[in-house]
Amino acid sequence: MKEQNITTDETSQGVQLDLLSAAEIDTMTTMEKIRFIIDSVRDHNIVILEQGLTPDEESKLVEVTMSEIDPDGFSGIEIESYPTPQSQSKGLMSKISSSLGGGNDSQEEASLTVIGPADEIETIHKDESLIQTLVQRK
Amino acid sequence: MSLVTGLKQRFSGWFDLFGDEDDEPKNIGIYGPPNTGKTTLANRIIDDWTDDGDSVETESQDESDESEEAEDDSFGGASHIPHETRRAERKTVTIEKNGKEVELDVVDTPGVVTQVDYQDFIDYDMEKDEAVERSREATEGVAEAMHWLREDIDGVIYVLDSTKDPFTQVNTMLLGIIESRDLPVLVFANKIDLEESNVQRIENAFPQHKVVELSALEGNNVDEAYSEIAEYFG
Repeated sequence: MKEQNITTDETSQGVQLDLLSAAEIDTMTTMEKIRFIIDSVRDHNIVILEQGLTPDEESKLVEVTMSEIDPDGFSGIEIESYPTPQSQSKGLMSKISSSLGGGNDSQEEASLTVIGPADEIETIHKDESLIQTLVQRK
Repeated sequence: MSLVTGLKQRFSGWFDLFGDEDDEPKNIGIYGPPNTGKTTLANRIIDDWTDDGDSVETESQDESDESEEAEDDSFGGASHIPHETRRAERKTVTIEKNGKEVELDVVDTPGVVTQVDYQDFIDYDMEKDEAVERSREATEGVAEAMHWLREDIDGVIYVLDSTKDPFTQVNTMLLGIIESRDLPVLVFANKIDLEESNVQRIENAFPQHKVVELSALEGNNVDEAYSEIAEYFG
């Protein structure tokens, strides 16, 4: 796997960022992506996906996350991604192509995504071009 | 509305000619974040359209009682405790409006979140055991709601609190999931009886969807909401 570990320093309360490239994401199955994200977040790391999840994968991520929450342990995830172009702004041919299977709409719309432990990461601002996140190591 | 959904609605009369697809009630899920008034809306729909008792099929009287209790709790002393609804409940109603009649299985779902911490419930004066149990039920309910959205839902009423910023990850994620599945969706801007209500903010956030403003609690504009339901899901 080609994710880049920027820094790991448990003793100094450092925060590990797991950056997963779009190329690597493309090689993974849905459950591999979900497993990687949840395992990483449970290890108190921040996951940054160069190319985000599809809507279907996001719904499964929420479902699996819910099943793994436990008292005094894992309390869930904080997830943020840039807003994607709304479906109304797509052209007619794009919609027709998508509906006929001519393109993977969901994948095209996926954008950079940040995921972290719910009790350690807080989004303080988000707009179309900027995500500001506060990370506090517990 | 997606192209596929639009075409389906435009030519729905043609589909009627080729079988009884529309004879079955459609599963309409009431989705949204916690504390937006989903259960209050679900109870109002049941109250308004099942007075004669002919068109309602509740799974059990106990569930109906729980639903009423949840509504009371949502706007009573425990009104701000999240995850009051922790199990999806399904009831059948027939809505007749403007000459259109539509039979729906209305599914009231728990508020969708990506995190549940039992400590949040302790802040509402719960004992730890009760808080832990409540959080466990909440996580199961959210997982079930997400599963249903992928497998069992034919259309969505997405309920937002119009006093809150709609531009959240949960909202964009859920509406993205709904759009990707080509499900018809009506966005309800609830709580317009409150002074801080800002429906325009919701319309700006989700311009691709029909937004209907209402107060499920006070009954403001519910007639139009029912007309839209009959028109949209009929």
